Amino acid sequence: MGTRAKSAVLSALIALVLALAWHIGTLPKGPQAAGVDPEYAKLMGLDKPKGDGLPTLAEVGATAWKQVSDPFYDAGSNDKGIGIQLAYSLGRVGLGFVLAALVAIPLGFVIGLSPVAHGALNPFIQVLKPISPLAWMPLALYTIKDSTTSSIFVIFICSIWPMLINTAHGVASVRRDWLNVARTLEAGTVRTAFQVILPAAAPTILTGMRISMGIAWLVIVAAEMLVGNLGVGYFVWNEWNNLSLSNVIFAIALIGVVGMLLDLAFGWAQRAVTYAE
Amino acid sequence: MSAAFLQVRGLAKRFAPGAAPVFDNVSFALERGEFVCVIGHSGCGKTTILNILAGLDAASGGEVIMDGREVAGPSLDRGVVFQGHALMPWLTVRRNIAFAVKSRWPDWGREKIDAHCQKYIDLVRLTGNEDKKPSALSGGMKQRVGIARAFAIQPKMLLLDEPFGALDALTRGAIQEELTAICAETRQTVFMITHDVDEAILLADKILLMTNGPRARIAEIVVNTLPRARTRHDVHHHPHYYRIRNHLVDFLVHRSKLLQAGEAEAASNDDGPRVVMPGLDAAEEAAEPRAPLLKQVK
Repeated sequence: MGTRAKSAVLSALIALVLALAWHIGTLPKGPQAAGVDPEYAKLMGLDKPKGDGLPTLAEVGATAWKQVSDPFYDAGSNDKGIGIQLAYSLGRVGLGFVLAALVAIPLGFVIGLSPVAHGALNPFIQVLKPISPLAWMPLALYTIKDSTTSSIFVIFICSIWPMLINTAHGVASVRRDWLNVARTLEAGTVRTAFQVILPAAAPTILTGMRISMGIAWLVIVAAEMLVGNLGVGYFVWNEWNNLSLSNVIFAIALIGVVGMLLDLAFGWAQRAVTYAE
Repeated sequence: MSAAFLQVRGLAKRFAPGAAPVFDNVSFALERGEFVCVIGHSGCGKTTILNILAGLDAASGGEVIMDGREVAGPSLDRGVVFQGHALMPWLTVRRNIAFAVKSRWPDWGREKIDAHCQKYIDLVRLTGNEDKKPSALSGGMKQRVGIARAFAIQPKMLLLDEPFGALDALTRGAIQEELTAICAETRQTVFMITHDVDEAILLADKILLMTNGPRARIAEIVVNTLPRARTRHDVHHHPHYYRIRNHLVDFLVHRSKLLQAGEAEAASNDDGPRVVMPGLDAAEEAAEPRAPLLKQVK
């Protein structure tokens, strides 16, 4: 049996054990009426088996099936299908991310190519980078006065740093030889930037984009919990308010799966631009 | 002198102001179609001279004039083969060369560029490897691509920076012969740096000998009196071969150091280095005790 097959079997086993543990952990307990007056127990419902409120595996499975089989239903502002919520979240992340890339990659080029620009901008980057993106939220809400745009801004501000830093690093460490080749061939600035520096730095830039996307997906859930109205983050908070824990668990799993798929997509893109020396 | 294709006069380079120059007062000239090799120890500034000729580096003093124009910045007139081949690893062999061709003739269509590339890929005998990435090629093949790229832009002069330094002896021999053939065919003017005395004798018309740095300079210009159309197999049978070889080895082992120390001799040849023809100097063989020794060892 190959390593992969062994790993797959082990993974399946771990999943099975976890599912079993969940199932047993959430089984309804027997009548809790020991030592209590039977009439009182009956009155309080203590004579029947009762769970502790955490949904069982089967309940979550049923909820998931219900959600997945009708993902785009729209029954008013507080009751939309998970597909719609997901689409809103992905849309905000995508927009904020693309805007960040449009700023970070050209700016990263400038910083990477010019030591003066690097020296001038580095202090700002170092101070702004460690700020939790959610800390910007009140300021964004006050100035932008729109919750959706504010959450896009928060995604923008959190995705910009890894992309900026990686682009600058990638551009600055392009091999001198390749630049010299371009110079001796009298390749212009634009041609050198797009045909030499960009492909040379692409793996590093893509790594930055992958990190950014990971952070953006983490942040969007929190941002939507804060600003409300739509998205998976809001869905989680709304279902918590509804005390529908099986929906919460389903949403948590979904956020994980979508995050993994995004990461896989960037991993694939990264491999596509990576070159062997 | 004024008719020379490439004139280098009083070239100097210091990396920090006030520091001793790496080399100083370097003057020489190249005729069109000449193959010149530079030999000297590491640190004497050979690569810096090549970079100045390429226009990639600026001299601290002196001037370089090629074909009646001063060299100021890189130009398509001078093709460079870099020490570490410097191929772009994300491009195939064909696209690496096409990048250069497209630079030279921006108006050419894709078909014309590809046909031109193919000609030079065939020339360096890499036919069938057009669509491979450099990572799939051996060291010798990569260096051939580098040579094809430099030749493909049909420069007025070719600058080679120890192009075969990283190759094994057999591969090196094969590419040296290809290079000789291509140069003979295209009458290319070549300036090449090497550490390999035999390589210099095989390829060069003239060999510039540099003293050690700092304050390195060209001590001698050795004229290679071996007839052209040399091959690796028979070049060492020619009577001039060991005379020239011994002269070069002797320079590298002893005189490069002595000349660096002896400032007196440096002052004496301000108007250009001494031109010597050890190949014609039959007396040197008799006077040189190392020559027979070397033959015995061999």
